[in-house]
Amino acid sequence: MIDRPTSSFTDLLESLGLEPKWDLPGGRGSLEVPIATTVLALRFADGVVMVGDRQATEGHLVAHRTIRKVFEADRFSAVAISGTAGVAVDLVRLFQTELEHYEKLEGVRLSLDGKATYLGRMVRQQLPLVFQGLIVVPLFAGYDESAKLGRLYTFDVVGGRYEEREHGATGSGSRDAKAYLRSAYEPDLDEGAALDVAVRALVAAAQIDTATGGPDLARGILPNVVTVTERGFEEVDEERVSDLASAALETIR
Amino acid sequence: MSIPFYVPPEQLVKDRAEFARKGIARGRSIVAMEYDQGILILAENPSDTLHKISEIYDRVAFAGVGKFNEFESLRVAGTRHADLRGYLYSRSDVKAKTLANAFSQTLGNIFTHEVKPYEVEILVAELGINGDQNHLYRVTYDGTLSDERYVCAIGGQSEALDELLRGASFTPKPLAKTVRRVAEVFGQVLDRDVDGWEAAVLEGTERRRVFRRLSDTDVASALS
Repeated sequence: MIDRPTSSFTDLLESLGLEPKWDLPGGRGSLEVPIATTVLALRFADGVVMVGDRQATEGHLVAHRTIRKVFEADRFSAVAISGTAGVAVDLVRLFQTELEHYEKLEGVRLSLDGKATYLGRMVRQQLPLVFQGLIVVPLFAGYDESAKLGRLYTFDVVGGRYEEREHGATGSGSRDAKAYLRSAYEPDLDEGAALDVAVRALVAAAQIDTATGGPDLARGILPNVVTVTERGFEEVDEERVSDLASAALETIR
Repeated sequence: MSIPFYVPPEQLVKDRAEFARKGIARGRSIVAMEYDQGILILAENPSDTLHKISEIYDRVAFAGVGKFNEFESLRVAGTRHADLRGYLYSRSDVKAKTLANAFSQTLGNIFTHEVKPYEVEILVAELGINGDQNHLYRVTYDGTLSDERYVCAIGGQSEALDELLRGASFTPKPLAKTVRRVAEVFGQVLDRDVDGWEAAVLEGTERRRVFRRLSDTDVASALS
């Protein structure tokens, strides 16, 4: 028991032969699978805000209009995904279980840095899939309970983990979202202003990137908007997101 | 070669049961009791870090008395069992009944097959969802599993505690009142000052995970 750390849920799965396994043919595949697009996060005075659009695309087609890409990782952190939706959603589920399993067995939560490192390791383990074109890149943010501030991390396909001081984005529309964030971001925004900037950045990305689904007020499809602060993970209610989205759509050009 | 003495199975079981009971009788008791918003679990525990009450899953809590390493290994096994099921199937497929049954099987096997039986008693509590009935299961050292209503006590003085708390009829009361009532009964049964409380509740609908520890100040304010 003591010779290997047994608080890991993945270790448990591996010991039972139940871990996610990929047995792939060589060479680059050409699978047409749903791809999740733009997600972004930014730091503000009380913590972090994270936003994701709702669309998944399959080549030039819209595969799903209302998928969820922003998830509660645990009480004090959020994780968002871009890339191959099926693989990414499963990765998130394993990550959530892993954090909760550790917390219950040890009686304490992992540090925010520890969670980010672990997520990076999980992404690295997907590396064989990357060569098949099945790429998953997450975005991770949370409230650091010991440092009392919000922190956010971006990743690359090989599991490289980078802490961002201001904002981060990943997915097909991330370049446009980042361009908007670079001009609009200010440190220590209050919560209202931070939500506004975040939703506007997503709308800006949706204007240019066809794979990103902007707010669709007619159909009632709204981005997922969450905050993580001292109070923990909170989903911003739909009414407020709807107001932010229509304000953003009115002024965008 | 020496021939082992024949020991009749009745004697074997009796000896083992007596051994386990002696160990458990030394342990401090734990009580689970329903209140109007959920389930309270209250234990006498001088340590702040070596918990006897723990979260197993979204709506399921665990409590153990007896030897720490023995009930701790059962807790770890239970958490693994629950997380595995929830991951492979769905979170709603994790039930206290399945867990209690697994504990019962494990303890039953250890009682008959191992050199020494476990000196533990286990409590598994589940908060019912959407107005469903709550569940309290008690598993004893030999694997005996029982399903209790409203109140469940384990450990040294469990019988006396259970009898005093149950009364003729049961109506769930507010949390503070329930904490006071259980603490009062502990005082009556123990006939000495209680050496620190550990308390937790299963309560609420807002979050997925309903297990919450009560701090010393929470307990103190309920008792004042």
